[in-house]
Amino acid sequence: MSDQINDSRRNFLSKAAVAGSITIAPGVFLHQTAQAKPDEQAVSNSTRWGMLIDTDKCAKGCTGCVDACNNEHALTGFDRPESDAQYIRKVSLVEKQTGHEISLPLMCQHCEKPPCVDVCPTGASMKREDGIVLVDKHICIGCRYCMMACPYKARSFVHEKIEDQTLSAPRGKGTVESCTMCTHRVDKDGIPACVEACTEDDHNAMTFGDLNDPDSAISQELKKHGGKQIRADLQLNTGVRYRGL
Amino acid sequence: MKKIEYTKIKGHSVPYFGLLGGLGFMILLGLLATWYMEHNGHYVTGMTNQIVWGMPHVFAIFLIVAASGALNVASIASVFGKKIYDPLSRLSALLSIALLAGGLVVLLLDLGRPDRLIVAITKYNFKSIFAWNIILYTGFFAIVGAYIWMMMDHNMYKFKKKVGLLAFVWRLILTTGTGSIFGFLVARSAYDAALMAPMFIVMSFGFGLAIFILVLMAAYNWTDRELGDAVVARLRSLLGVFVAASLYFTIVYHITNLYITEHHGVEKFILMDGGIYTNLFWFGQVLIGGLIPLALIYAPFVRTCRKTLGLISTMIIIGGMCQVYVIVIGGQAYPMEIFPGYEVSSSFFDGMVNKYSPSLPEIILGISGMAVSLLLVTFAIKALAFLPSSLADSAVDPHAAK
Repeated sequence: MSDQINDSRRNFLSKAAVAGSITIAPGVFLHQTAQAKPDEQAVSNSTRWGMLIDTDKCAKGCTGCVDACNNEHALTGFDRPESDAQYIRKVSLVEKQTGHEISLPLMCQHCEKPPCVDVCPTGASMKREDGIVLVDKHICIGCRYCMMACPYKARSFVHEKIEDQTLSAPRGKGTVESCTMCTHRVDKDGIPACVEACTEDDHNAMTFGDLNDPDSAISQELKKHGGKQIRADLQLNTGVRYRGL
Repeated sequence: MKKIEYTKIKGHSVPYFGLLGGLGFMILLGLLATWYMEHNGHYVTGMTNQIVWGMPHVFAIFLIVAASGALNVASIASVFGKKIYDPLSRLSALLSIALLAGGLVVLLLDLGRPDRLIVAITKYNFKSIFAWNIILYTGFFAIVGAYIWMMMDHNMYKFKKKVGLLAFVWRLILTTGTGSIFGFLVARSAYDAALMAPMFIVMSFGFGLAIFILVLMAAYNWTDRELGDAVVARLRSLLGVFVAASLYFTIVYHITNLYITEHHGVEKFILMDGGIYTNLFWFGQVLIGGLIPLALIYAPFVRTCRKTLGLISTMIIIGGMCQVYVIVIGGQAYPMEIFPGYEVSSSFFDGMVNKYSPSLPEIILGISGMAVSLLLVTFAIKALAFLPSSLADSAVDPHAAK
């Protein structure tokens, strides 16, 4: 009797285990496929990363995005604001005609046709296939021509020796740097630190996503409400767009 | 007209070695300044994330622009067939190479990573005018070097005219490239103009000739060689044309900007309320570098005075430095128009006039670039026969010889 009970219990348990595995497995596999692309796999132009900033939701005086960026990239200042690096900054605007006030974060706009990439003599300034504009710090000679060319003043020159760098965001004295759209996060299916901070602060002024995917939240938002480019007259097709500007 | 005889300078005197020593000392100071700036990082300079190109660029661009202009004298002889300039051609070519070398040394030593020179000459982004400039500079050394060879080697003399033409075309392209470094910048209101390229070419004529005249007069004075009035008078009136042409381009540039509403801000800044930049423009560039030299060049009462010509040339150099300063630094000091129609403020100095005070090491580095140029010339005229033994009227002027 007890053997029969044990048998039926064993059968039940083994069937339950199989059923459980079948139920859980897809989740496990899904989780695995959702992991970042392997390091050896190149990024592709099927994706174009972009950002939409709703200036109506951007709180005046809030520097959550800036703080998060500084923390993420270990942008410790030397209390020399004119030469300290800033990847992202809060800009206050007052329209001269109307007095209308706007607050917005400004960083590298990750242009489709970036002037910084055009002018860089060595090709250190470059655009990834997925639209993120970066500086290859191994071949940047520190000529600063990209800083002359950037219409958004988005780049900083490392004016002094850097200590306590993070592994994911290496920096080097004598080279130029700017917003990386947190590639180290994005490549692992994360979102940029500034966007995360804005969301955590419940401002939700920043949306990050794939501009090439019509179903992505950013594409849907842009389709519905539109989004302006800063210095649209230059026709650089920026990856960062603004609402309420 | 006699056959021109070229001789090396003796270069045994104490003043000669004193000159070499003085220039060498300046270069040493420049290297120390570089070490100081590179060791600490650029924060010890006046440069910031707002003014990214500072005093070293002013010197470097001035020297590079002047380099191509210094070649003019040779070009007028070999391309345009003006015989009186022929004896001056060797010095003209030498000076152009020396000025370019001096300018490039400053440019290189101000890089964030000058140790990566090998990267700069092995990795090219061909869409970058900067990368093209690196090729143009290298080519200039090669072509003008060959030009000097053709001029000095009797067997190669027959190719002089052709190589001279190539050098002339190359120098025009080179200065087009230098001007386009600014002309191609869409981001900043003070630049972004096709006029930059021809304007730089015309600036080069004046800067280069002014330096050439000073070097020529010093070399002939210090080596007791005869320099006749015929050559000096020609150079003097040529200088007048160049200064007038430069003023013309300055006027066209500003008149055009004044017509275009979006450029009113930057024009008001440079011409009226830009403080140091306004002063440097009116008193430095226009008055000292333009109007006073013009008046002195064409003033009948000092027409043959060598000292006045020296003063005029010096004023053109000072005015030229002011002009390059206003272009390079003034253009960056004016706030970038990222949000037209808005008053802008931020932690990154948006909407503000950017401050810049050149630091001593930057100035020393710049001056050491000039020292490099002069040292090269001083050494080369002793090593090779660059200078005619005499530039007396009877030796150079076909009319005087008749």
